[in-house]
Amino acid sequence: MAGSNPNAKPMNLTLKVWRQKNRISEGGIVDYKVKDISPDMSFLEMLDVLNEDLLRQGQEPVAFDHDCREGICGSCNLFINGRAHGPEQGTTTCQLHMRKFSDGDTITIEPWRAEAFPINKDLSVDRSAFDRIIQAGGYVSINTGGTPDANEIPIPKDIADRAFEAATCIGCGACVAACKNASAMLFVSAKVSQLALLPQGHVERKTRVENMVAQMDKEGFGACTNIGSCAAECPVGISLENIAILNQEFLSAKATSNNLA
Amino acid sequence: MVLDSKLPEGPIAEKWEKHKFNVKLVNPSNKRKYDIIVVGTGLAGASAAASLAELGYNVKAFTFHDSPRRAHSIAAQGGINAAKNYQNDGDSIYRLFYDTVKGGDYRSREANVYRLAQVSVNIIDQCVAQGVPFAREYGGLLANRSFGGAQVSRTFYARGQTGQQLLLGAYSALSRQVAYGKVKLYTRSEMLDLVTVDGQARGIITRNLLTGEIEQHAAHAVVLATGGYGNVFFLSTNAMYCNATAAWRAHKKGAYFANPCFTQIHPTCIPVSGDYQSKLTLMSESLRNDGRVWVPATKETAERLRKGEINVNDIQEADRDYFLERKYPAFGNLVPRDVASRNAKLMCDEGKGVGSTGLAVYLDFADVIKRTSAEAVSQKYGNLFDMYAKITGENPYERPMRIYPAVHYTMGGLWVDYNLQTTVKGLYATGECNFSDHGANRLGASALMQGLADGYFVIPYTIGDYLASTPPKPVTTEDPAFAEATAAVQSRMQQLMSINGTRTPDDFHKKLGNLMWEYCGMSRNAEGLRFAKQEIQKLRQEFWSDLKLAGTEMEMNQALEKAGRVADFLELGELMVDDALDRNESCGGHFREEYQTPEGEALRNDDEYAYVAAWEYQGDNQPEKLNKEELTFENVKLTQRSYK
Repeated sequence: MAGSNPNAKPMNLTLKVWRQKNRISEGGIVDYKVKDISPDMSFLEMLDVLNEDLLRQGQEPVAFDHDCREGICGSCNLFINGRAHGPEQGTTTCQLHMRKFSDGDTITIEPWRAEAFPINKDLSVDRSAFDRIIQAGGYVSINTGGTPDANEIPIPKDIADRAFEAATCIGCGACVAACKNASAMLFVSAKVSQLALLPQGHVERKTRVENMVAQMDKEGFGACTNIGSCAAECPVGISLENIAILNQEFLSAKATSNNLA
Repeated sequence: MVLDSKLPEGPIAEKWEKHKFNVKLVNPSNKRKYDIIVVGTGLAGASAAASLAELGYNVKAFTFHDSPRRAHSIAAQGGINAAKNYQNDGDSIYRLFYDTVKGGDYRSREANVYRLAQVSVNIIDQCVAQGVPFAREYGGLLANRSFGGAQVSRTFYARGQTGQQLLLGAYSALSRQVAYGKVKLYTRSEMLDLVTVDGQARGIITRNLLTGEIEQHAAHAVVLATGGYGNVFFLSTNAMYCNATAAWRAHKKGAYFANPCFTQIHPTCIPVSGDYQSKLTLMSESLRNDGRVWVPATKETAERLRKGEINVNDIQEADRDYFLERKYPAFGNLVPRDVASRNAKLMCDEGKGVGSTGLAVYLDFADVIKRTSAEAVSQKYGNLFDMYAKITGENPYERPMRIYPAVHYTMGGLWVDYNLQTTVKGLYATGECNFSDHGANRLGASALMQGLADGYFVIPYTIGDYLASTPPKPVTTEDPAFAEATAAVQSRMQQLMSINGTRTPDDFHKKLGNLMWEYCGMSRNAEGLRFAKQEIQKLRQEFWSDLKLAGTEMEMNQALEKAGRVADFLELGELMVDDALDRNESCGGHFREEYQTPEGEALRNDDEYAYVAAWEYQGDNQPEKLNKEELTFENVKLTQRSYK
């Protein structure tokens, strides 16, 4: 075995898993036991073990979203023991490993809970609201071709680095799940600041922030009350500074533009 | 059918320019009368969908993910090549072209590769204009780093997340067109068949993954940007959902499949830790810029290390074998991927492997940390080091990483001509889904380049040539071909659901993966391949008689989705074996043990095998027909690749 603790023994665990047939049916917690879980398994590999067992018994496996299992695609989204992506700081569910748990533990697994993220089935939720927010303005309006040479506009390294930090948001929705108001401010602010920091994004900065905030409100996300649980639970460390930038961008847009009523 | 690659005449540097002038154009007011389906929203798909919509075409974009941004391009780490020569170190379009043809072990088309190198410079301009935050120097200009198989620094990057930043750029361009109403986006929709009418691609059949409904979509042309088939091996660095179904279904409808045995085994992945393993994680090739690859110099030391009698950091310099630096002094740790992978395997075969399984070598950063600082290393590779620590529970700043080769990319794919059109008229393939640019081995940081080249700068020109000769009349799903394809898809779903056996889709997938890795992986031989072929046929029969599923096909059913993909892998796997058997030579990622130089390097046979193997489907359980496209090299001289 590869882990830091090669002598760690396999674990037996009790899982309390949210099961829900589809978007309209009622859901509930169902208890399962899993045995011989290696501490070197990822959390999702532990769920694979459960699902293989269920399927062999002719029962429906637990539906959950996942894909890259490298912490970058943003698909996985489990609320584990009351925390978005579980107990380890700065980690997506797929990168959480079972060595963070102990033999005999009971683990509660739920989907993201937010009005704007309806449940599809079991642990899978609909996050298309995020796509619609990006469609409202999360881009630079240029077509393919005809762009200037990439080195034509020098960008100070610290600005480029800050824009990069904001741009690393994986769109998983943990910020919404962690927020008591189910606010999407951290997600929206990450894109707004990335493009506000870079010269390429300056042309449309006013309309962008107004349109994206309007769409966020329309989707039914809650208001931001500056608690900061979003940033605390963000698996890629998107900073609260971005929300400050968004507020500044929004106020300055509202004060100076007549783009929106 | 004679394969016509439609290569333009003239000197290589002028071919693309000339071709762009010669292709037919669709006038701006007619473009809105054409519908184009793009399947897949990774780099190749999102860039194509956005660019075609910007031109005025009506685009329908499909992804089986919940959002276009989840496509596996997002996970590419190291960077993207471009012949900008910003570093003043002797790079040029010609050099990128030359390196790519050589790196591909002379099994790619010169004209395609030259075009790729030409448009590479536009890609960087495009991405910067979109707001992609590439790494920069203090003066504010773009930074570069080196990658395997090249002696210049031409790789642009965004820390270890270049794929993410490029995909989010393409996703933003796509999102803008969705907002304009020029792209209609279908998420959680999986393509399960291609519809052809009179030999022309006319649409696709999809399954809505939330409701199970089977849907029909018609268009004037179809673009497949559905990625590679590395998950045939079960364990790979591909994402869990990556699959070959769309390409394979198109293959069964007439699109030839080219060089299926050309798969890339990436040298630096985190080794397998147990049989529960669901996927493998790559450690970017960029790490080989600063990391040094080694194993203990003797079997005895390696054995003591594996038993835990000694610690890795106790092994003295003299007792270490930096085998890549020793064998390839010119390129050292930056030899191409196939060479690095094979040498790692060789060391492990000799009993010098490390880790509890003995299937790993070290990638050591002690030198660079000493030379600069842990902080400087973290600046460059922080996210990769963190990922390694999370997965293994070990700190790579304090002890070397353990790495081992893993399946990473597939150079083979749907055969396409210079226009990226497959052997089915009106059906195009872009990105990893096609076979065109990487020959028998892809160089690092060239996948992102090809995906975006195809989508932003090739298909927008070449698809017009076809559409201009297609009447701009509305297309519908009324043709009986749609009903037939729909019925076939439905009956297949029902068939899968009704087997009611005892084994899960993953069980079959793992068995197939083991066979492929063992007999059609890093090294192959005729005897093993013949054995694998029989075993795959048996496994396929077992699949169709002993598969176990639950629930119904008319709801979200992830096991059913998986089963359909595994069924296709079970067919494609056999074709990969056939192709590997046919190719009696070693080249790039295809290493046949019978054909090697005295030093153990790949031994090509240019006289007999300088061709693209394009396989033509002949019906279920029938041997496929081999068609050959001869490769001619007018600009690059075929030599034994040397990185010494």
